[in-house]
Amino acid sequence: MPVASLRRETAVRRILAVIAGCSLLFLGMIMLFLFIEGLPLFSTVSVSDFLSGMFWYPTSEPPEFGIFPMLVASCAVTLTASAFAIPLGVMTAVWLTEVARPGVRRICKPLIEMTAALPSVVIGFFGMVVAAPLLQDLFDLDSGLNLFTASLMLAFMSVPTICSVAEDALFAVPASLRAASLALGATRRETTVRVVIPAAFSGIGTACMLGMSRSIGETMVVLMTAGGAGILPGSLFDPVRPIPSVIAAETAEASFRGEHYRALFAVGIVLFLFTLAFNLAARHISEKNSAGGR
Amino acid sequence: MKRTLFITLTALCFAAAIFAAPAAAAAEEIIITGSTTVLPVMQKAGEAFMAADPGISLSISGGGSGNGIKALNEGLCQVAMSSRDIKESERKEGKGKGVNAVRTAIAVDALVPVVHPDNPVKNLTVEQLRGIYAGRITKWKEVGGKDENIVMISRDSSSGTFETWQELIMAPDRTAPSALSQASNGAVVQAVAGNRRAVGYIGFGYLNPSVKKINVNGLEATAESALSRKWPIARELYVFTNGAPAGAVKKLTDYLLDPQKGQKAVAETGYIPLSGK
Repeated sequence: MPVASLRRETAVRRILAVIAGCSLLFLGMIMLFLFIEGLPLFSTVSVSDFLSGMFWYPTSEPPEFGIFPMLVASCAVTLTASAFAIPLGVMTAVWLTEVARPGVRRICKPLIEMTAALPSVVIGFFGMVVAAPLLQDLFDLDSGLNLFTASLMLAFMSVPTICSVAEDALFAVPASLRAASLALGATRRETTVRVVIPAAFSGIGTACMLGMSRSIGETMVVLMTAGGAGILPGSLFDPVRPIPSVIAAETAEASFRGEHYRALFAVGIVLFLFTLAFNLAARHISEKNSAGGR
Repeated sequence: MKRTLFITLTALCFAAAIFAAPAAAAAEEIIITGSTTVLPVMQKAGEAFMAADPGISLSISGGGSGNGIKALNEGLCQVAMSSRDIKESERKEGKGKGVNAVRTAIAVDALVPVVHPDNPVKNLTVEQLRGIYAGRITKWKEVGGKDENIVMISRDSSSGTFETWQELIMAPDRTAPSALSQASNGAVVQAVAGNRRAVGYIGFGYLNPSVKKINVNGLEATAESALSRKWPIARELYVFTNGAPAGAVKKLTDYLLDPQKGQKAVAETGYIPLSGK
């Protein structure tokens, strides 16, 4: 019997290893595919023309593949969204750990985490049908589909992520630190601002990075609410076309292995590098956190 | 062990089914490629056609009118979809390879500029439309409307509708990058209906009371004006075949031209059927 169960255990272990290996392999192959399909573009279009070009006319003769306005649009949308989402998310987390009573916290935290499960197409639809006309009338704008509306909707999406991760970081701050601070005569506000938040700082940083990487990669919301004009935004209320929306809108029509198709994959590579940078930053911060915590 | 055997057998059966199915159905295959403007009609009609005639299987792909005609000339497809007539150079190239491209019109694609119902502007000339979309005309006042900015709504640059607009209205100019882009005809209607300053363009079939159609060069957009080719933003959509359609290909073109079958798909995809022809 022991021999049989041992054998079964090794079998299970092997199967799990194979499954884990498979998912890694598939992801690796998707990445490889992305590069194989995208890189050939640069034999006809130079990297600097691609990154700094102002015009995106993939179907005209001759085609132009310049993604600079989209790069700026993606950064602008992400930064504006973060400007809403980071203060909101972090302050909600502080309130949950430091101010709210445990009973309230037990109800609120799952509620906030549940909003993270809202499908992005629902948020996009809400932005398009409710928020955009509202903002358009409120500010007398040319169009409600613009950078501001898209950022607001993206902020909606990233607040739960930021709040939940930041809350975990704050909660992990040892009670002894709080107790020591209070014992020294600090008020609760002073303890929170001067002791707890600095102690959880890197965890909060990770939360912000993860929230931002979610915003920059988000497709449906920007496709539906950003307006889709390939220009450099001059104000918060100008329509923009962020990177993911270009890929989503045009891939179906691009002829297989044509120049346009390659250009869209090249755009995908740029987006991939962007999100990779954010995720690496998040990991770097959280590693520093766990090393410093000990 | 028994279970493993069972799983393996099931997997084998599936594999066999997957490989065997096309082999059995491949009695007669028609390869169709070309214009992405014609593609939705072909896909819609093709599904019903294959259901009605299981002996023929269609392989439909896009790639653009030019690529479709090239594929026909090289014998890589039996039917080329095209949103324009064949060029003399393409015809010659085909002749050199023994291909005689024959044209069959299957639908008319007509676009209509639309504005918000509250917009007082009723008529625009082709030049004014070009000026608006090229970004030279930016105020409604300049074309007889209110003193407001014009918000132009376009389609994403790879759609067939965008291409038609580009060819028939914009050329030799280009649509300014400041145009808002929407992913579908329906989305354009919604965007225009929700914005008093907007102008957009849509396929004929998508007109509805939430937007106001604009007359172009004093002409009203109707199915008649489009079919008679008076409407300036209309073009015929074609399929090209090597020689007059015959056999399975003839069955397909007959199906496409049947007012009760293919032409219904034409109307459903937002184009104008060739009624009574």
